[in-house]
Order: sequence, then structure tokens, then C-alpha cells
Amino acid sequence: MMKREIPLLITFLTGLLMVVQFFVPHRPIGQIGTGVLSWYTIIAGFTLLLGIDSLVGMHLKKLQRKQSGWGYSIMLILGLLLALGLGIFSEIKYGSALAFGSPFMYLYTYMMVPLQATMFSLLAFFIASAAYRAFRARTLEASLLLVAAMIVMLGRVPLGAAIWGKFPILAEWIMTVPNAAATRGILIGVALGGLAMSLRILLGIERTYLS
Amino acid sequence: MQNYSRLRSGFRKAQQLALNNHHFKNQGLRALLLFAWLALLASTSSAALAPPEDIKAFDTPNDAGGSNTITWKASPDDSLLLGYSVKRNAKPEGPFEEAGVVLKGQEEFQDAGLTDGQKYYYRVDARVLGDSASSAVAGPAVPSAQWFNLGRVNILAFIMLFAGVVLWYIARAKKGAKLFIRRIAGLDAVEEAVGRSTEMGRPLMFIPGLLSIDDVTTLAALTILGRVARKAAEYDTPVLVPCTDPLVMTTAQEIVKQSYSEAGRPDAYREGNISYLTYDQFGYAAGCDGMMLREKPGAVFLQGYFYAESLILAETGHSIGAIQIAGTTAVDQLPFFVTACDYTLIGEEMYAASSYLTREPIMLGTLKGEDLIKLLIVLALTVGVVLETFGKHWIQALFQ
Amino acid sequence: MNWLAKLEKIDRRWIFLGVALVVAAPLLLGLKTSVDITPPVKNTYEAIDRLPPGSVVMVSIDYDASTMPENQPMLLAVLRHAFQKNLKIILMGHWPLGLPVGTLGLDQVAREMHKTYGVDYVNLGFRPGTAAVMVNLGTEIRNVFPSDYKGVPLDSLEMVKNVHNYNDIRLLVGIEAGDTYEFWIIYVQARFGLKMAMGTTAVMAPTAYKYLQSGQLVGLIGGLKGAAEYESLIAHPGIGLAGMPAQSAGHLLIILFIILGNIGYFLSRRKKA
Repeated sequence: MMKREIPLLITFLTGLLMVVQFFVPHRPIGQIGTGVLSWYTIIAGFTLLLGIDSLVGMHLKKLQRKQSGWGYSIMLILGLLLALGLGIFSEIKYGSALAFGSPFMYLYTYMMVPLQATMFSLLAFFIASAAYRAFRARTLEASLLLVAAMIVMLGRVPLGAAIWGKFPILAEWIMTVPNAAATRGILIGVALGGLAMSLRILLGIERTYLS
Repeated sequence: MQNYSRLRSGFRKAQQLALNNHHFKNQGLRALLLFAWLALLASTSSAALAPPEDIKAFDTPNDAGGSNTITWKASPDDSLLLGYSVKRNAKPEGPFEEAGVVLKGQEEFQDAGLTDGQKYYYRVDARVLGDSASSAVAGPAVPSAQWFNLGRVNILAFIMLFAGVVLWYIARAKKGAKLFIRRIAGLDAVEEAVGRSTEMGRPLMFIPGLLSIDDVTTLAALTILGRVARKAAEYDTPVLVPCTDPLVMTTAQEIVKQSYSEAGRPDAYREGNISYLTYDQFGYAAGCDGMMLREKPGAVFLQGYFYAESLILAETGHSIGAIQIAGTTAVDQLPFFVTACDYTLIGEEMYAASSYLTREPIMLGTLKGEDLIKLLIVLALTVGVVLETFGKHWIQALFQ
Repeated sequence: MNWLAKLEKIDRRWIFLGVALVVAAPLLLGLKTSVDITPPVKNTYEAIDRLPPGSVVMVSIDYDASTMPENQPMLLAVLRHAFQKNLKIILMGHWPLGLPVGTLGLDQVAREMHKTYGVDYVNLGFRPGTAAVMVNLGTEIRNVFPSDYKGVPLDSLEMVKNVHNYNDIRLLVGIEAGDTYEFWIIYVQARFGLKMAMGTTAVMAPTAYKYLQSGQLVGLIGGLKGAAEYESLIAHPGIGLAGMPAQSAGHLLIILFIILGNIGYFLSRRKKA
């Protein structure tokens, strides 16, 4: 009884308190939401230790057993130690790890930034191959999707305006009318679905996360 | 007394007339007119600046106390002003101290940091360089905290309606009423996906999105993970779950462990299969892609909240020939999933997963309740559009 | 006709190569193009243009290095425009790794336009909390940022001596790569009525349009094209405009591949029939 019922009770009471604080501005109830958010941020920070423990443990095991790819595990652990070391050094010497000119920022600017930008750039290639594969006029709906996509693609670049002056206007109409309408419809559904899911969790009907 | 703006425009017109009129060819006469203009301007420079009007001061509504709101009508000389200085005192006769300054054009100010229950009087001064004009004194305004935010009464009414409808449907479900739910292809394909992976002798991969455990979408994704893991345990297929959040990782480990126990295969559970990669968005995408290319899963589940990395993950999954079932509430990523994946759960279909897969009457009851509320919203939208077309704003006012 | 039917199954590596070539070539050749100005960008421009000199504009850096190619040009264009109009800039952000990128941009433009720190612009830096930060800024900025990003007390900076909360800020411009802009709209626009315009990545622009349409946003700069339009409006070409020929070529190539794929699809369907 204790293993299930107490967590469910805590969930219910906490959820109810958060709903009540939304409607009651009077202190101290009105301040609860901000306070709980701050507690969550602090707790979430500590859980990073859990993650690091899992990551390092997994790769150390790989190293120990000389499993395939163990060389990359060495790289990961060295990278972790390097970033940690430089971050602590920068914090001590420059007052903040994110201070300009600090070694940590050097690492960030010349390694993280190009790596992140490269991964993001992959999208350009992938969207081309995904569009080529998916935009086939198999059905009426697929044809509509195809035509709309082509109008928007042409309307959103200067060349499209050069080909036909009406492309940007049509593209703008597609974005502001059917696209906005569809987005709003999906969002209403998502909001209601989220509300129903939250109600299920609060009432203890949905319990999978408690396993 | 005339105000600045009318005087200035009048004298400018006179000046222009004198300077441009060809009859006044005599330079001396023109100089005399200009001098007269300057003298008149100097004598009228003490013309009173118009103060702001209709000043009101009252307790800021629907707040936690300690705040008054002061409103006024802008001075007729607003365009010439530097701004307004809001002054406050505990007594109407003064002396007033400055509570705050706002730029010209503004007609409201909130004075915070006050003591509840104490009376405050206010005056608003219109300011130009070296001069000001004070409004009448307004007050007393007494700050106090409210126990209920009346501005949110419509939200409370909606929540009560929603909860009421859902509870009614749950009660109906408990009494044995048959509740119809339409087919959701993505959820029907879960068994097919697990079976395919088992036939190929490959693991499953489940990617729970980028958000943490506090997000409802992640909870919905973990619910689906529980069902998928149960099926995988029955077929003795490993489940790989790379996570970007340590809290999600620990929860996922517990869920998968429980699923394996329920399927009677606790020995087959491997904690190392559910791991933390990195918090960084593209680092996580790179890690998942690497895992996909090495492990070559037969099925990839992309369930949760995703950002720009969604297409990177989906395309890589497609390139290895895996069957892909995606589900997200991130509206901007849906087009990518629809394009690149075999099945996509759109928005609320993800939230419906647990109800759909278990077919428990109580869970189905919540889905039906949600549908009825959606129908009511559609009706409100339709009626609202018609009313707005005829200039009636009742429905719009309800949602403000 | 066999090879035409094969158009349905072009190896993706040819597609990747094609994209790489058509995107790189215009950039290497230094091609130039002009852009048409769309209403959302025009509205953003006018929202800033109409502000009287000395008005305070808050710029929120809600992106990081991964979307820098799209977001940084819009930041630079907006800052140049604001400084041209002698507006005062307060920079802050909700993405800790984005602040260095935003700071680089602010410092670069401030140097160009001979602006002085503390007089013409202030950098508040980052504080965790997103929604809590946004709400608390509505009461008193010093509750969240008692000092700037270098630890200098705000009261010692001339520009922000009389800036206390959103009442003293005329416009917020958010440079966005995630959904932080929705927090701005929910917690600040709805609650405090602060005027705001957003610069978003091209992927996010379709979802941001609904807020533009409802009037919750006064303007929207979407993607690199939006940045190019803004550069065009302020007559200061930058990376945005430089990227337009490459973007045009890329879009045309994708359309070509789609057409080829459909030709292959219809031919193979006819063959099967």
C-alpha cells in the first residue's frame, strides 16, 4: 500500500496546490508556484550528477571489457575531464566559466560552436532527401501538400519573386491562413490532451510513470 | 490661457507670412515683424502647460498586495512632454515624493512595494524641461491582497466544466457503457514494429524526446515506453533508450524494469540499455544517430518533444531501414516526422496512447470527455465567428 | 525510358552532393540579389522606427551557437537600426550559451556605431528561471538583475537609472530558436501588455504566425530571408542578403528533385499498369 498510495497522494496534493496557487494571488499561496519552480531548478541541477555517473560508468565498463569502440570511450572521458577542468579553472581565474577570453569559452567557441552549427547544417541535406522521397502526388491530399510546399519554397526566396511576382503573396497567404488555422487546431487538441493527461495523473488514473 | 502648441503654430504662420509676402519688400518692416513675434513668444512663454486629466488611483486588482494602479488621460500637450512623473504621499495635502516616471503617451503606472492597508494619495505631473503641470490629487488608494484572481474566473469555469465532463464519462465507463475510439494507425503498428525487430534479430530503439520529466509530453512518451517495453520483453527483444535528461533516464529504467517483470522476464532486463548521453541538443542527436548506425535497430520510436534535431534522427532512422513510429506535440516538428516516418502520432494522439493501448474503461472515459469539450470549443468558435462578423464581441469577451 | 523511371529512386548521396554544390557555388562566387519586403518584417522595422530617440528597447537572446547563422544576422540588423535611431538597448537572455554569442553581436555593432556602454546600451546577462525571470522583471528589474553581466550595480549605470520594469521599456525584440518566445507572449505580453516583435528561425516562423495574426506580436522576422529583408530596409547588407542566392538555389534544386521524383513515380506507375 505504501509504495503506491503515498506517491499518488503526494502527486494529488502537490498538483492541487499548484492549481490553487494559479487562482489565489494572496501571499503565501500566490508565491508557491515561483518557489516550487526554483526548487525544481535546484533539484534538476543535482540530477546532472546522476547522468554523469551513468555515462562515465557505462564507458568505463566498455573500457574494462575492451568492447568494440572502446577507443571512443577514452575520448569521451578525456573530453569530459577537459571541459570540467577548464570550466573550474576559468571560474576561479576569470570569475565565470563564460567570461570572455577564458579557456572554457575558447573551447566552447572553437569546438562546440562549429560542431553544433555542423549538426544543424545537416538539416539542409536531410530536408532535400526527405522532400524528394515524400512529396509524391499519390493522392489528392499529397498533391495539395506538394503544390503548397512548392509555392511556399518559391515564395520565401528572392528568385521566386523574380519568376512570378505573386509567389511571395501566395506564400504569405498560405502561412497566415491555412497554416495558422491548422496550427491552432492542433494546438487546441494538444492543450486539451495535456489537460486530460494531467487530470489522469492528478487523480491517479495514469500510473505508468510511478513504476 | 492658451497652450503651447496652438500659440507656436499661430506665430509660425505669422512668421511665414511676413517672410514670404512679397509686399513686405522692406527689410526693416520684416525685421520689425520678427522682433514682434519674438517678444510675443517670450511674453507667452509662461503660458501654462496642460496637466493630465481624469486621474484615478486604486488598489491594483487581482494581485498579492502592496501595489496601487494610477491611470490618467494624457495631457493635451502630450507630444511636447518629456514624460509624466507620478507622485505619492500618505496625505492629500503633500509633500509629494516621486513614485515613478513614465514616458509621454503612457496613461498608466503601477506603484509597487507599498504597505497593505495604508492610504496613498497621488498626483501626476506632466513634465517638460524646466516646467511641469500637476494634475488634481487622486485617492486614497489602499493596497490590499486579493484572495481570488477574478481575471481568471473564466479559466476556473472551463476547468470545472472539463473536469465535470471527464468525471461523468468515467462514471459512465465504470457502469459498463461501451465507448468508441477511432483507430490510431501509429499505435496499432507498435506490435508490428516489435515483431519486425524480433524477426530481424535487431533491438528496438526508443527516443523519449528532449524535455525533462516535468513535461506532460515526456510523461506520455514514458507511458508508451512502458507498453513497448512490455511487448519487447514478451518477444525477448532488447530496448535501447538513450536519454538527454538524467531524471528521464532513471524513470525510464524503472518503467522498463517493471515492464520486464510484468512480462515474466526480469532476468532479460539490462540497465545499461537505458543510458544518459548528453544534455546538449545536437550532441544528443549525434549520439542517437551513432547508436542507430552501430546497433541498426529494426524499429525506432521517436516519442516526446523534439526540436530541430527531429529530422536528423528521422532521416538516419530511415537510412538504416528501420520502421519508424513518431509522436510529438511539437507542432513545428510534425511536418518532418510526417515526411520521414512510417507512422506519426499527431499531438493529442500521443496523450491518448495509454488509454488506447490498455482499453481500460476509465482511461477511455477521459478521452471521450476530452472529445466532448473539443466539440464545445468548435461550437463556441463557430458562434464566435458569426457574432464577430456582426460586431458582437460576447464570445471574445468570455475568453479574455 | 527506363532511366526516366529510375528518377523515382535517386540515391540520396547524389541529392546531398547537389545541395552542397548549389549552396556553396553562389557563396563562393559572391552573387548578389535583392529581396522583396514582406509585411511581418516591415511591421517589425516600423515598430522600431517609430520609437522616439531615447526609448528603451529590450533584446532577448534566446538562441545559441547552433542557430547563429540564422539568428545572428537578425540581431545585428535590429541593433544597427536601433542604434541608428538613438534608442537605448538592454540585452539579456534565457539561453546561457547564447549570451556570449549575443554579447559578441552587441559589442560589434556598438563599436561600429560608436555607442558607449552604460549610456547607450547595457548587458544584463543571464539568470535561470525563464518564466520566473520574465514575471519578476515586470515588478522591478533589480529584483532579478541587481547588476549587469560583469557585476556592475545597475544604479551606477546612467542608462538604466530610471528603468525599473516593463513600464519603462517600449519594445521587446526576442531573437528566438526555441519556444521561449511563447513564454514571453504568455507571461509578459498577456500580463503586462508589452509590445513585442520576434526574430525566429525559419522552421519556427509558421507557428509564430498565429501570434502575429492575433496582434500579440507587432512583427516577425522569419529565418535568414527575414534577416535579409531587414538588412535591405536599413540599407546595410550583411550575411542575410549574402545568403539569399544560395538559399534560392537550394530551394530550386529541391523543387527540381521533387519534380524529377514525381516524373519517375508517374512513369513507373504507368509501366506497372
